[in-house]
Amino acid sequence: MSATMTQARSMPADRPTSRVQTFMSRHGAMTPTFAAVVILVLLLVGAEAFLRGDFITARTLSALLLDNAYLLVLAVGLTFVILTGGIDLSVGSVMAFTGILGAQLVASGVPVGIAIPAMLAGGSAVGLLIGVLVQRFDVQPFIASLAGLFLARGLAFVVSLASIRVEQPEILWLQQNRIRLGEWYVTPTGILALAVVAGAAVVLHLTQFGRTVYAIGGNEQSARLMGLSVARTKVSVYVISGFCGGLAGLLLTAYSGAGYPRNGIGTELDAIAAVVIGGTLLTGGRGYVLGSLIGVLVFGTIKTIISFMGAEQSWMQIIVGALLLLFIVVQRAIVARSVRRR
Amino acid sequence: MTRIWKHRLFWPSAALLVLITINSIARPRFLTITMRDGDLYGALIDILRNSAPLMLVALGMTLVIATRGIDLSVGAVMAVSGAVALTVIDGSPDPGNLGTVLVAIGFAVLVALVLGAWNGFLVAALGIQPIIATLVLMLAGRGVALLITGGFITTVNSAPFSYIASGYLLVLPFAVFVSAAAIALIAVVERRTALGVLTEAVGINPEASRLAGVRSRSIVWGAYIVSGTLAGVAGIIYASNIRAADANSAGWLIELYAILAVVLGGTSLAGGKFSIAGTVLGVLIIQTLEATILFLGVPSAQSPVFFAIVVIAVVMVQSPWVRGGLSKLTRSRRPQAVAEPERTKVAA
Amino acid sequence: MSVAPRPVRDNDAMDGARPLLELTGATVRFGADAALDDVSFQMFPGEVHSLMGENGAGKSTLIKAITGALALDAGTLTLDGRRVDFATPHDAQRAGISSVYQEIELLPNLSVAENIMLGRGPRSRGAVSQRLMRARAREILAELGLEIDPASTLGTHSVAVQQLVAIARAISTDVRVLVLDEPTSSLDLDEVAELFRIIRELRSSGVAILFVSHFLDQVYEICDRVTVLRDGKFVGEYVTQELLRIDLVHKMLGRKMSDYKERHRASVDEPEAPVFLSARGVDSAPGIANADVDLGEGEVVGVAGLLGSGRTALARALTGVSHLDSGIIRIEGSAVSLDSPRRAISLGVVYSSENRLAEGILGHLSVLENITLAVQAQRGVFRRMRPARQRELAQSWVEALAIRPADLDRPAGTLSGGNQQKVLLARLLALAPRVLVLDEPTRGIDVGAKVEIQNLVGELADNGLSVMFISAELEEVLRVGDRVAILREGRIVETVPSSDMTVDSLLALVASPDE
Repeated sequence: MSATMTQARSMPADRPTSRVQTFMSRHGAMTPTFAAVVILVLLLVGAEAFLRGDFITARTLSALLLDNAYLLVLAVGLTFVILTGGIDLSVGSVMAFTGILGAQLVASGVPVGIAIPAMLAGGSAVGLLIGVLVQRFDVQPFIASLAGLFLARGLAFVVSLASIRVEQPEILWLQQNRIRLGEWYVTPTGILALAVVAGAAVVLHLTQFGRTVYAIGGNEQSARLMGLSVARTKVSVYVISGFCGGLAGLLLTAYSGAGYPRNGIGTELDAIAAVVIGGTLLTGGRGYVLGSLIGVLVFGTIKTIISFMGAEQSWMQIIVGALLLLFIVVQRAIVARSVRRR
Repeated sequence: MTRIWKHRLFWPSAALLVLITINSIARPRFLTITMRDGDLYGALIDILRNSAPLMLVALGMTLVIATRGIDLSVGAVMAVSGAVALTVIDGSPDPGNLGTVLVAIGFAVLVALVLGAWNGFLVAALGIQPIIATLVLMLAGRGVALLITGGFITTVNSAPFSYIASGYLLVLPFAVFVSAAAIALIAVVERRTALGVLTEAVGINPEASRLAGVRSRSIVWGAYIVSGTLAGVAGIIYASNIRAADANSAGWLIELYAILAVVLGGTSLAGGKFSIAGTVLGVLIIQTLEATILFLGVPSAQSPVFFAIVVIAVVMVQSPWVRGGLSKLTRSRRPQAVAEPERTKVAA
Repeated sequence: MSVAPRPVRDNDAMDGARPLLELTGATVRFGADAALDDVSFQMFPGEVHSLMGENGAGKSTLIKAITGALALDAGTLTLDGRRVDFATPHDAQRAGISSVYQEIELLPNLSVAENIMLGRGPRSRGAVSQRLMRARAREILAELGLEIDPASTLGTHSVAVQQLVAIARAISTDVRVLVLDEPTSSLDLDEVAELFRIIRELRSSGVAILFVSHFLDQVYEICDRVTVLRDGKFVGEYVTQELLRIDLVHKMLGRKMSDYKERHRASVDEPEAPVFLSARGVDSAPGIANADVDLGEGEVVGVAGLLGSGRTALARALTGVSHLDSGIIRIEGSAVSLDSPRRAISLGVVYSSENRLAEGILGHLSVLENITLAVQAQRGVFRRMRPARQRELAQSWVEALAIRPADLDRPAGTLSGGNQQKVLLARLLALAPRVLVLDEPTRGIDVGAKVEIQNLVGELADNGLSVMFISAELEEVLRVGDRVAILREGRIVETVPSSDMTVDSLLALVASPDE
C-alpha cells in the first residue's frame, strides 16, 4: 500500500469500537475510586453480617461522619497536594498547632470571631512556607513538609505544654448541636466537612486553577509550556492544605472540647492512607476528592468495626497500613502494565 | 578531589565547631571532663552517649539515601525492636540473666532485620517508591509494637539490659562503643570493598548501573536491610535507656533527625555520592544543638522548632548551590549575559 | 514507497514575494562558541521548509531563536516584514509561531479537549466550561479532518494520535508558522501518511511549516525547500527537488570521508569467519520478532533500519537487557540464557546503549570510576580492585582511546559527548569482551570523534571481536560494516555484504514495506 495514497481520516486502530471503550477512554481514571466504593460497600455489608445485624444503623452511620469530620477536611486538603504529585506530612501537626492556638486565644479572652480566622491563618501560613520551599527553592515536598511538621509540632508546645479546655459555646456548638432528620443526625462540623468536599470538587473540575492542579500532576513541564500558572498553583495547593489543617484543628477542638498539643500524631499518615485508598495516585494527576471522602469513610468504618469487636485500637494502624500497601501494589501493577503496553 | 573533600566536610565541621564554641562560652563547664571511679563524665560524654541511637539510624539512612531511596520506618522499627526485646525479657523467669538478655536482643535485632528486608523487597523487587513503601511500615509498625506489648508500656528491671545504655566499658559509656563499632564497620565495608562505589553508581543512575552489570537490586535491598538492622539496635539502646518499651515514643520523629543529619553531612537526597564522616558530623551537630537548646531551658517538646529552622536554612542554602554545581557539570547552555537588543513589544 | 521526486510546485509567493519569517545575520553565542554564526533563513507562507544539518549544526538553536526560547546576540528576526524580539515562547505563540516537539509536551491525564484548549484563549474569571472546550476542540479537530473524541483522556491514545492533538493545539490559535521538530520518530508508515496529509492541508491554507527530521526520504517527500546548516553557519538554501541526496549529505557533512581507514573487507569469495554468536527466532515484544542473525569473529555487522524497525530491541534482546520471549542464542555453539546484562557480560557479550546520558555515563562519578565500573561489578562487592590497579587500567584506556582531557578524577559528566562515548567504550572494552553491540555510538558527536570511533570499531574487529554496529546513518553503516542486516518492522529482512550495496539501494531496502 503506497503511503502517499492513504486517505484515511483517523487511525483505524484508534477508533473505539464500542460504547464501553468510549466510556473507559473518557472516565477510565475513575476506576480506582470505583474500587474504593466497592470496598466500602463490602465492609459495611460484611460488618452487618458478622456483627449480627447491628452495624448499619442511622446512629452508626451518622457517627461515622461526625467522628471523622476532621480527617475528611485534612484529606481534602491533602488531595490537592497529592494531585500535583507532592505530599504534605505536616497536616497532623498543623491541626494540633492551630487547635491549641485557638484554645489558648479564646481562653485568654480573644473573641471567637478573631480566634477562628487566626487558626485558619496559622495553618495557611505553615502551608505557605512549605509551598515556597517546594516551588521557589526546589526542595523535595516530603523534606519541606517534614520541616513544616517539625515547626508546627514545636509551635504547638510553645503555645502550651498542656491541654487547654475550651468552653466557648460558639465553638462547642459546632459539635454539640445536632440537626436531626429522623434517626439520622448531623452536626455543623459534619456539614462543614461536606461543604469543604463539595467546594473542592467544584474548584478542581470547574476552574482553571483546578485543572492546573491536575495538569501539574500530569506533566509539570508541559503544563508550564502550555501557559498555565504552574508556580502560583504549586504554592497554593500547600496553602490550601495548611488552611484545611487549620480548619481541621477547629473541628477537632470542637469535637474534643479542648486543644491538645499532642493531637494528631500520625494523623497525616491516616489522611494519606484515606486519599490513596480513595483512588488518588501518589504520583499525581489522577484522583478525585469524592474518592478521598470514600477513603475517609472506609477508614472510619474500619475503626468502628474494630471498636465494635472490642479489639485493640492498635489493630487499626496495622489494618490501615496493610490496606495502604495493597492499594499501592495494585496501583504499581496497573502503571507497570500500561507502560509495557506502549 | 581534595577540593571536593574539603568542600564537603568543611561546612559541617565548621558548624560543629561553632556550636561547641558557643556552648563553652555560655556554659564554662561544657568542655570539662571529669573522671570518677575510672569512668569519664561530662557534657561532651553525654552528647556522645545520647547520640548513639540517632547515629545508628543515620548511618543506615545514609546508605538508603545513597541508593536514591528513603526509610521513613526506622522509628517504628525501633519501637518494634524494643517491644520484642522487652517482651522476651519480661516473659522470662530471670530477667537479670545475661543469657536471656542476649537472646532477647538477638531476637529483636533479627526481627528488625526482617522488617528491613521487607522494605527492601517492596522497593527493590516490586519497584515501589521508597517514600510510599516505607510509609506503610511507619504506619503499621507502631501498631505491631503496641500489639506486642499489649498496649502497655512494659518495664523491666534487668541489670544486663540497662547496662547497654547506662553502663561503662573501660572509660567510656558502652553506647559510645556501639556507635563507634557501627561507624567503623560501615566505613570499612563501604570503602575497603567495592560496595561504596557500587552503591553510589546505583544511586546516581540505577539503569545505567544495571546495564554495566551492577547488581542494583541486591545493593538496594541490602541498604534497607542494614537500615532496619541498625534501627533495631538503636531501639535496644533506647529501650535500655528508659528501661521500658514505649511503642508510641520510641524513635518518634527520629527519621526526620536522621535525614537532617545525612543532609547536614553533605550527602545529597537525590542519591549517589555519600559521606559517612559527614553523617557522623551531622549527628553530632544535631545532638549538640539539642543539648544547647535544653541547656537554654527550652522544654524539649519545643525543640523541633529550632530544628525546623535549621532544616529550612540548610535546604535553602543547598538549593542554589546544587543548581550552580549541576549547571557546571552538564554545561547547561545559557545565553551569554550580553546587552540585550532593544525589545519591541509584539502587537498581539 | 515512492521515492520519485514530486513535481515542483508553482507558487508565486516564493518568487520575489516577501518572506513571512526571516532571520538575518543571526548569531547566538554560548561562551566562546558560536552556536549560530551570521545565519540567514527565510520561510514563505504556504511552504514546507526543511532544516537540515548534523547534530550540533545549530538546528535546535535556530528553532529556539525563532520560537522565542533564546535571544539573539546579533542579527534580527522579522515577521511579516516587521522586526520582532520575543521575550518568551508565549510571545512567539501570540505572534503566531507555534511548535510541536518530539517529546509530546501535553498532559496525558487530561482530556483531548483540555489539552487543546487549556492555557489558550481568554482567561475568564477562572471558570472553565468543559462543554465549551469540547465544542471548540471538535471544531479544530474537524478542520484537520480528525475524528478523535474530545472527551477522551489523552493518555489512552497512541503516540501518533497524541502528536496530532499537539498539532491541533498548535493551530488552535491563528498560526502563521508551525515548527515540527522530529515529528515522525515514533510513527509508523500509516501514521506518517496521516501527518503528511495534515501538513499539506495546512500548507494550502497558507501556513509556513518548518519540518525538521533526519529521515531524508521524508524530507524529500514533503518539503519544498531545504536550508542546510553546518557548524553553526549557513551553507545554503535549495529547492528540494533540485538537490541530489548525495549533494545534500555532502553539504551537511562538509568534509570528505578520506580520514576513514578502509578496512580490508572480506569479499564474498573468502571463507567466512567462524560464528561466535548466533541468534535464531528471537522474539522480544514489542520490537523484534523472529530475528535470525549471526555474528562472526572479527567481523562488523551493521544494522540498518528506520526508527521503530526494531534496531534497539534487537540489540537489547541479544545482550540480556530485554527479556527474550522466545528464540535461542548460541555462543560458540552452545545455547545460553542471557537473562540479565550481568549474565551477558559474564559470557563476553556487552552492550552500549544509544542513550548515553540516561543509560551510560554516571556523570557524578569520575572518569576512573566510570571506566572500572563494569569490571568491578563483575568481580563483585568483596573483591575490590586495588586503587593502583584501577588507575593503571583506566589510564591505559584513556591513552588508547585518546580520551580528552586525560584527567582520571574529573567527573565524567563534564566531558564532551564524544569523549563520554569513549569512556563508555573503555568501560566495555576493559571487560575484554568477545561481542560488542553498539547502538548509535556516534550519535551527537563531532565529526572528528565520529571517525575515531569508526576506526576503533574496525581495529577491534581486526583483533577478533564480533561487533554489531547500529546506526541511523546509512552511510556510516555501510562504511563500518562488513555485512549489513536490514531491519524492517521488527524483522531482519536481509543480510547483505556491504560491498554489494550503495546508500540508495540500502535506503530502498530499509524503507520499502512488504509488497
